[in-house]
Amino acid sequence: MSTAREEILQRVKAAIGTRAPEEPVAREYSQAGTLSEADKLDLFVSRLEDYNAHVYRCAAGEESATIAEALTARGKTKILIPPGFPAARLPAGPTFIRDTGLDYRDIDATEGALTAATAAIAMTGSLILTHSETEGRRALTLIPDYHLCVVYTSQLSETVPEGLRALAARRTSPVTTIAGPSATADIEMTRVKGVHGPRVLDVIVVSDK
Amino acid sequence: MSIRVGESAEAATFPKAAKKLLQNTQLRRNVRRATDTIRAKRAKVVEEMPDWQALRTAAQQIKKRTLRDLDTYLVEFEKNCTAAGGKVHWARDADEANAIIIGIIQSHNQKEVIKVKTMTSDETQLNKALEAVGISPWETDLADLIIQLGNDKPSHIVVPALHKNKSEIRQIFLDTMGLKELGHTPEDLAGAARNYLRERFLRVKVGFSGANFAIAETGSVCVVESEGNGRMCVTLPDVLITMFGVEKLIPSFDDLEVFLQLLPRSATGERMNPYNSIWTGVTPGDGPKEFHVILLDNGRTKVLADEESRETLHCIRCAACLNACPVYRQTGGHAYGSIYSGPIGAILTPQLQGMEHSTSLPYASSLCGACYEVCPVKINIPEILIHLRRKIVESGGAALTERMGMAVAGYTLADSGRLATVQKLVQIGRQPLDAIGLPGWSAARDLPEIPTQTFREWWKARGAK
Amino acid sequence: MLISLFITCYNDTLFPGTGKAVVRVLERLGHTVEFRQQQTCCGQMHYNTGYHPEAVTIMRKFVADFLDAEVVCIPSASCVAMIRDHYPKMAKEAGLEKEVAALLPKVFEFTEFLTDKLGITDVGATYPHSVTLHTSCHALRSLQTGDRPQRLLKAVRGLDYLELPASDQCCGFGGTFAIKNAEVSTAMLSEKMKAVLSTGAEVCTGSDNSCLMHIGGGLSRQRGTARCVHIAEILASEEGDQ
Repeated sequence: MSTAREEILQRVKAAIGTRAPEEPVAREYSQAGTLSEADKLDLFVSRLEDYNAHVYRCAAGEESATIAEALTARGKTKILIPPGFPAARLPAGPTFIRDTGLDYRDIDATEGALTAATAAIAMTGSLILTHSETEGRRALTLIPDYHLCVVYTSQLSETVPEGLRALAARRTSPVTTIAGPSATADIEMTRVKGVHGPRVLDVIVVSDK
Repeated sequence: MSIRVGESAEAATFPKAAKKLLQNTQLRRNVRRATDTIRAKRAKVVEEMPDWQALRTAAQQIKKRTLRDLDTYLVEFEKNCTAAGGKVHWARDADEANAIIIGIIQSHNQKEVIKVKTMTSDETQLNKALEAVGISPWETDLADLIIQLGNDKPSHIVVPALHKNKSEIRQIFLDTMGLKELGHTPEDLAGAARNYLRERFLRVKVGFSGANFAIAETGSVCVVESEGNGRMCVTLPDVLITMFGVEKLIPSFDDLEVFLQLLPRSATGERMNPYNSIWTGVTPGDGPKEFHVILLDNGRTKVLADEESRETLHCIRCAACLNACPVYRQTGGHAYGSIYSGPIGAILTPQLQGMEHSTSLPYASSLCGACYEVCPVKINIPEILIHLRRKIVESGGAALTERMGMAVAGYTLADSGRLATVQKLVQIGRQPLDAIGLPGWSAARDLPEIPTQTFREWWKARGAK
Repeated sequence: MLISLFITCYNDTLFPGTGKAVVRVLERLGHTVEFRQQQTCCGQMHYNTGYHPEAVTIMRKFVADFLDAEVVCIPSASCVAMIRDHYPKMAKEAGLEKEVAALLPKVFEFTEFLTDKLGITDVGATYPHSVTLHTSCHALRSLQTGDRPQRLLKAVRGLDYLELPASDQCCGFGGTFAIKNAEVSTAMLSEKMKAVLSTGAEVCTGSDNSCLMHIGGGLSRQRGTARCVHIAEILASEEGDQ
C-alpha cells in the first residue's frame, strides 16, 4: 500500500495530464504608488481613522511626548513593551513592563502594549508587524485590550504590493497585518469594533522623512 | 475511498429544500438584508480600485499556474515548511484527516481544541469525529460560535450565521452561555462572545486552523480574519494544527499582494480585513512549539482531473458569488444541502462528492452570470454549471420525461418543416393547455396567448417585397 | 442593406408580433429584410440544459442557414449570447470553427444592430406611454448592451422613460430553471414585479421575450397595472397606432 503522500501526488500528476505551456502572469495592476509624501500620509491617516483607529502625528524626536499624551488620554499607567523597544522613547510617568517571557495570563492582566512596526500601507490603513525585538512576540499585541503602535513615515508605502515587498528580509518571521482594532460583521453585517483582539488601537505616525 | 462534504450526501434536493425555506419569511428577510448590505459595501470598495480587473486577471493566472504544477508546489511547500520546523501530513479523505488530527491531540493527552473558522473541517465533519473520542472542539469565530451553540448549520461561507438576526442570536447566547443579563446591541453580543472565549483561549493547549493561502516558496501559511480569534488560535496554544485543501497553494510570497487585495474587498467589503497572520513553521519564543500541517485531498484531485471545470479550484472562498446570487438571496444557504452554498457550492459540492449525490445543484441557477461578474478569481461559474448539467445528462441522470422532451425538441428544431408542424399542434393544443396549465409555470403566471399565425406563416402570406 | 432576420423559435411561435415589428422598423429605415424559411433555433435550451449533441446539431443548422447572409439581426439578447459565447467552443472541427468565426461578426441583437451597425437612436417612433426597461441578464452581462436600449427608448416621441430599480437583478426566468425550480423562480419574479410596479409604468419592455413572457405572465395573473411589450414593438409604433 502506498502512503497518502505518494498517492495524492500520483493523483495530482494524473489529474493534470499533459501540461499546457506555462503562461506568464500579467501583473498589470498598480504596484508602485503615485501620491506625494504628504498625500500618502493623509491617505494613511484617513484610512486608519476610517477603521476606528485613533491617530497622533508628530515629528521625529517627539515620540516620548506623544506616547505620554496617548497614554494619558486613555488613562493607561501600566504598559507592556517589547524587549528591544528603545528606552529613549519612553516618557517618564507611566510604568513600562518589558516582556521577558511573561505568562499569557500575566499579559492578560495588563492595560495594554506599546510597540513599533515594520511597515505600513496607506491605501488600506494597515500596520505590519514582523514581531522583531521592538515589536514583540505576537501575544503581546493580541491579548491586551489596548495597542499603541509607533510607525515612521519612512516605513510607509502607498500600495499593498509595496508594503508586502518591504518585508522581503523578514518574510519567514511571523507576520501580522493590522487594520484597525479587531472587528466583526457577523451580526447582521454590522461592523462591530472589538472582539477578541485589542478593542482600542492608537497609532502614532512619526514624520522622519 | 469515500469523499464526504459535510452531510451533503444525505441532503434533500435543491427544489425540495428551497420550497421549505421559502416559507420562512424571517430567514428570507435576514438573508436579503445581509446580502444587500454586503453587496453595497463590496461595490463601494471595488469601485475605488481602477486596477480591479487587472488584479482579477493576475489572480486567475496565478491560480492557473498553481494548478498546472500543483505536484511541484506541494512538494516545495512541504520542504520549506518542514525546514522551518513544521510537520506535514497528507490526507486522502475526511476520515484519514480526522484520524491524523485526533492522533496528534491524543499524543499530547489533550481533551480540548480551540478552532478558528475552517470550511475544510466542516467538510470532514471534524467536530463530530472529535466529540466521538471525547475531545471538545471550541469554535471561536463569532458566527461559528452562534452556529455551534444554536446547534444550527452554516448558511454562508464567510458569514455562517447570516440567516440569524441579532435578537435570535441574543436568545441563543442567553440559552447557552449561562448569562444573567445580556444587552441587545451587536456590541453587547460581541462582548459576550469575548468573555465566553477568553478563558478558553488562555487555557486550551491545542489550536486548529485552516488556511486562506499556503506559500510554496517559503512554506508559510496565511490566515485572513477580523475578530482576532484566528490570531488567538494560531498564537497561544502549544500545539497548532492547520488543515487546508491542496488547492490553497500559491507559488510565491509576492502572489499574496494580489489575493490580499481581492479577498477582503470581495468578502466583507473592506479595504483590508483587520488581521492577517502569516507564519512559517515554528518560531522559538513566539507562538506554538509544535506545528502540524494537513494537506487534504478529499475529492480535489477529481476536480482537477476535469479540464473544463478545474478552475473551480481557483476559489478563495470569498462568498461574493453568494451575495450576488438572486437564487441564494431567496433561499439562503441551507437549500444547497452543503457547507458550500450559493453558486460556488452548486459547482463544488457535486464535483467533490460525486455527481450522483447532488444532481439538482447544477440546476439551482438561472445562469444570470452575476456570480462570474463578481468572482475575484474569474471562475466562470455559469459555464461550469452547464458543463456539469451536461455530465448529468450524459450519465443518464436526467429524468426520462426531460430526456424524451429534449429528444423530440431536438428532432423538431433540426428541420423547419417539422418545426412548422409542431407549431400547428401548439396552436391546436392551446385550449387543453390552458385547461391543465403548465406544471410549475402556471402556479404563478399566466401563459401568453398563442397566436393563430406564426411569424413564418405571416411572412409567407405577406409575399416577397 | 439586406438584413437577414433570425426570428428565433419562440418568437416565431409565441411572439410573431415582435418579428413583424422588427420588419416594420428596418423597412421604415429603408433597408430590405429577408426571412430564410429553413431557419429554426439557436440551440440554447438544449445547450443550457446539458443536451450538447442536440445543441451542436442545431448550431450546425444555424451556421449553414446564415453563413452567406450579409448581416443577421436577432430580436433576442439571449439567443445572441448563446451564439457569441458558446458557438466558438462548441465548433470543434476546423471547418465549422472557421465558419463560426466568419459568421459571428455579422450577428447582431436588434437594439445593438440599430445603434452600432446602423448608428441610429431615433427610429422615428411614437409611443405615448410610460415605459420601464427590464435588461435581461444576457443583455446586461454577455452582450453588455449598456445604455443602448435606453437611448433608443428616450428618442421615441411621447414616451415617458422610467428607471427600473435593482435593474441588475435576474427576473428568475432562466429557461428550464423556471420549471425545474418553479418556487424559487416565482420568488425572484415577485421581487421583479414589485420593482416594475413601483415605477408606475404602463409598460415594461426589454430585448428578450422569454423574460417578458415570465414577468408579463406574473403581472397578468396578479391583474397588475403594467404589461410587457418587446422593445421592437415600441420602436415600430407610429402615430395613430394606438
